[in-house]
Amino acid sequence: MSVSNARELTAAGDSGDKAAQRKLALHQAIQILGMLPVLLLLCIAFHLLSDYRFFSLQNISIVMQQASINTVLGAGMTIVILTGGIDLSVGSILAVSAMAALIASKIPGFGLLGIPAALLCGLLFGAINGALIAFLRLPPFIVTLGSLTAVRGAARLLGNDTTVFNPKLAFAFIGNGNLFGVPWLVIVALAVIVVTWYVLRRTVLGTHIYAVGGNPDAARLTGIKVWGVLLFAYAASGFFAGLGGVMAAARLYAANGLQLGQSYELDAIAAVILGGTSFVGGIGSIWGTLIGALIIAVLTNGLILVGVSDIWQFIVKGLVIVGAVALDRYRLKGSART
Amino acid sequence: MPMTPQQPPILEMRHISKTFVNLRVLKSVSLNVRAGEVHALMGENGAGKSTLMKVLSGAYRADPGGEIRIAGEPVNIEGPQAARQLGISIIYQELSLAPNLTVAENIFLGTELSRNGLVDRRAMNEAAGPILARFGVTFTPRTLVGSLSMAERQLVEIARALHARSRILVMDEPTTSLSSRETEKLFALIRKLRDDGLAIIYISHRMGEIYDLADRVSVLRDGGYVGTLERADLSAERLVQMMVGRDISSFYKKEHDAHQSRGPVILRVSDMSDGRRVKHCSFDLHEGEVLGIAGLVGAGRTEFARLIYGADPRLSGTVELDGKPISISAPQQAVDAGIVYLTEDRKLYGLFLDMSVRENINLGVIARDSLPGGILNLKAAARRSSDAIKSFGIRVAADAINVGALSGGNQQKVLLARLIETNPRVLILDEPTRGVDIGAKSEIYKIIDQLVKSRIGVIVISSDLPEVVGICDRVLVMREGIIAGEVGAPGTPPISQESIGAFATGAN
Repeated sequence: MSVSNARELTAAGDSGDKAAQRKLALHQAIQILGMLPVLLLLCIAFHLLSDYRFFSLQNISIVMQQASINTVLGAGMTIVILTGGIDLSVGSILAVSAMAALIASKIPGFGLLGIPAALLCGLLFGAINGALIAFLRLPPFIVTLGSLTAVRGAARLLGNDTTVFNPKLAFAFIGNGNLFGVPWLVIVALAVIVVTWYVLRRTVLGTHIYAVGGNPDAARLTGIKVWGVLLFAYAASGFFAGLGGVMAAARLYAANGLQLGQSYELDAIAAVILGGTSFVGGIGSIWGTLIGALIIAVLTNGLILVGVSDIWQFIVKGLVIVGAVALDRYRLKGSART
Repeated sequence: MPMTPQQPPILEMRHISKTFVNLRVLKSVSLNVRAGEVHALMGENGAGKSTLMKVLSGAYRADPGGEIRIAGEPVNIEGPQAARQLGISIIYQELSLAPNLTVAENIFLGTELSRNGLVDRRAMNEAAGPILARFGVTFTPRTLVGSLSMAERQLVEIARALHARSRILVMDEPTTSLSSRETEKLFALIRKLRDDGLAIIYISHRMGEIYDLADRVSVLRDGGYVGTLERADLSAERLVQMMVGRDISSFYKKEHDAHQSRGPVILRVSDMSDGRRVKHCSFDLHEGEVLGIAGLVGAGRTEFARLIYGADPRLSGTVELDGKPISISAPQQAVDAGIVYLTEDRKLYGLFLDMSVRENINLGVIARDSLPGGILNLKAAARRSSDAIKSFGIRVAADAINVGALSGGNQQKVLLARLIETNPRVLILDEPTRGVDIGAKSEIYKIIDQLVKSRIGVIVISSDLPEVVGICDRVLVMREGIIAGEVGAPGTPPISQESIGAFATGAN
């Protein structure tokens, strides 16, 4: 956990200034909280504006379920953006994985095979992205833009450009069931967040991810296998997109190669950026992504509850995202500038 | 140099203070500069030189209570534009040119000539011509700045200042990226500008340049003004004493005895070549030895080190560590074998500015320290970090602070700590004290001195001749890609700036 730039904070140690050390602690606290205040503000605002309908147990459950797939995609996207890259293909990978899940689920007696089928599918496409970026040194934006289109084609191919149904889906409980009252979708999303946090913050690989994103030249000179880190990042993103595909298929009992997952990558990127992760790499946290995904889901849900029309929803959402990020940058700059 | 004591100095800064939140970076600093003089500004990193100049150039606003006078008239510098209009120009170390624009466009940036509302490039090119002619350059106003060398870009910056009819020119470490020939040309230009009546404030760490150029030298220390020396009273001891506030006559004194600490050959490099910048170089490094690699800028020293380290591909060459050949095709293998490299540009290639001090120090050993499964060993990391901060004297409030916030000297110590934590056999240090203030410099020399007491071999690449002469036991001198000579070993000339310089320039 590191504190952002402030020259006076260094000197605080030199002079042992108590006030400045308190400022250091405050700075750290503000950074940890991140966008949480914004999320809470939005919840309270919508609760009041919707005649107190927002905070009902049922509605909160809906919001969290709606956020869950984006959270899982956001986790993979966080890792990728931390390395200084981007993955535009997660929506398409989700679609092709969902197709694979549904097709595999129709195998008599082995319906649950749909889950590993989707995960493997996502992992494979993610690894291809990673290999092109790590070994051929192609820019991530271009590579994943290409796979966005190509994989979408693969998704349509798999289903012969039709919608694949399975009313007796073996793993439908993931999309519709609860465990001790908590929806499975939410459990999966939270598990993904915790695992990602652990890898990023408690393993050597995680530190290497931050290093590669922060300064790729220095990372290489330190002896870090940069190609390995990049390959992992994109494979993980693909894997999580595959998991997203399982969740989407489980919810809908169906998958359509053309429509499923369209523009999901934009919401994932928005969640990551809202959460405070920097586009240039090396700075960010997975908890921020969780809060970012929740903000987006709260916005979507709240605007509907309040009765805002479809069109305005898009405008408001876009403005909130820009405003929140601007506020964040301003907050982090500190008051040192004159 | 014409001096008219009746006229007020062209620049007077009185009681300038600057506070950031609750830290006083400048404490009632006064400075006066005369027209037609080169006035050097010296001080350790963090002394306040850059801040003072930023107040002058309008980038910062001073605290109330101070005063700035230009030619005797009090002025209020509200911003960079106001400063320019008052005749103040500042040339930063990193330069502030747009590489994608032409020379003329850069000279006129912000003050473009226009005709009927459209930019009049022809007029700008014509106007820029005479300004450039004063410098005797080979490029034209239409040349893209991006294609110019550092030295040429600096001339464009100076042209920009002259075009703005500046009376006061501030230059911050202008020679960092220049060869010695380019430096000489720059100095000739500076002297000419001075004789034409310009006041030049020159910030530099390099004593040699100060002696060469300065008419007067002012020294800042810890945000306060210490004093000004006239040229006739200049001496290295007095300057250092003013900057540091203590006597460091033993600045370069080695504690280890070169002959006693020298052990068997630890590293043998043979026939190293990349076909372009480094040609068939070989040497031996002994345990307990500080081996210097000197040479002019462009001689190939850093390229040589990078070949040994595996950072760049080699055409030929072998490396033996403790008598065993090791294959190095990537930095990872060098690190595994115990060879570490402190890069020439710590910010670009060494440090992770957005990661904490603790993370930066531990980066080399997290894999080694890790718990099974690749899990970080947080306790070990915390302990290493606090031990390193103590033993290297790194000044920082908490090791959770980003390393980007530290001063140059402390950053360099963090990088050194990272390398040393890996328990290396060979340390290659490329410009270990570049951009490091005097206090930290002497601490780094002590660290290097201590290192050789263990069974380590140290290679120091440096452009700072007094430093090379002071801390190295033996020096290889490179010239144009080959090892032109060796000094300090039995049977070779003794180490001195002259003997090194002779090999470096090919004078013998």
